[in-house]
Amino acid sequence: MIVFQKPKSLADVPLHYCPGCTHGIVHRLVAEVIDELGIEGRTIGIAPVGCSVMAYDYFNCDMIEAAHGRAPAVATGVKRADPEHHIVFTYQGDGDLASIGMAETVHAAARNENITVIFINNAIYGMTGGQMAPTSLPGQVTQTSPYGRDVKQCGYPVKVCEMLAELEGPEYLERVTVNSVKNVKNAKKAIKKAFQNQLDGKGFSLVEVLSSCPTNWGMTPQKALQWIDEKMIPYYPLGVYKDRSAGTEVSK
Amino acid sequence: MAKLTFRTDLCKGCGLCVDACPRQVLRLAADKINKKGHHPVEAADEAACIGCAFCATMCPDCIIQVER
Repeated sequence: MIVFQKPKSLADVPLHYCPGCTHGIVHRLVAEVIDELGIEGRTIGIAPVGCSVMAYDYFNCDMIEAAHGRAPAVATGVKRADPEHHIVFTYQGDGDLASIGMAETVHAAARNENITVIFINNAIYGMTGGQMAPTSLPGQVTQTSPYGRDVKQCGYPVKVCEMLAELEGPEYLERVTVNSVKNVKNAKKAIKKAFQNQLDGKGFSLVEVLSSCPTNWGMTPQKALQWIDEKMIPYYPLGVYKDRSAGTEVSK
Repeated sequence: MAKLTFRTDLCKGCGLCVDACPRQVLRLAADKINKKGHHPVEAADEAACIGCAFCATMCPDCIIQVER
């Protein structure tokens, strides 16, 4: 009996990500959820700009490449074109969602647009070579903050889940990570719920996944997963930030 | 007994599966190089495998199939 195999919704091609990059794990989780919910034929994904720009090659559903940061706006259009049939998800990194696409993200959440957003937060701009991102931690060394992020000069990181939880609009906001087997399983539950919410017509669901970037953090893949535990989770606590149907407004 | 199948040429040798295995079944093959130029994962002791699929859960490139 096969207990684990590649999900059907994940294309049979090599992923271009660096060794140990957890983008691949999240891709697989999304594909598994699409398989399990049986929605492959009616799912449309919106790819971002960033490391995951070529996500459109990796999923077997229809995909659209959005302009940088505009994935929630494109998703809005696709969803509203046929709200009963289309299942729409966006897959965005932190440079895309939390920087240039901040306006689209916040307004899609405020409108409670019935879409699913998968947000990969790896605290750095990966594709362009490791510059400081809006989500880089205070003191984090990057290409453009070689002495560590100075919050007096560069300000503080954006905590997307906490920020959106203050809005009345969004249905479901959760932060998860994929740095251990247990956390991967929890991440899958969150992603599945985010898709199920859309099927149930509940509204805007965002899952923030704390992800690793071994190459630009300058670490081994193993050390990068530890770094998520040691540095990222204390600053970006995991948990459900909003689940309106369950009555959770903000859990801290 | 569990059976592991690897799509070896897609392996990037990151070693996350090796660390995830609770029975130390896996290792990176120091004497092999795959098409991508990495030392790919291999089963050093497949008889000890319990088929928990922790390795496959952590594999970013989805190269491991587990049968039990």
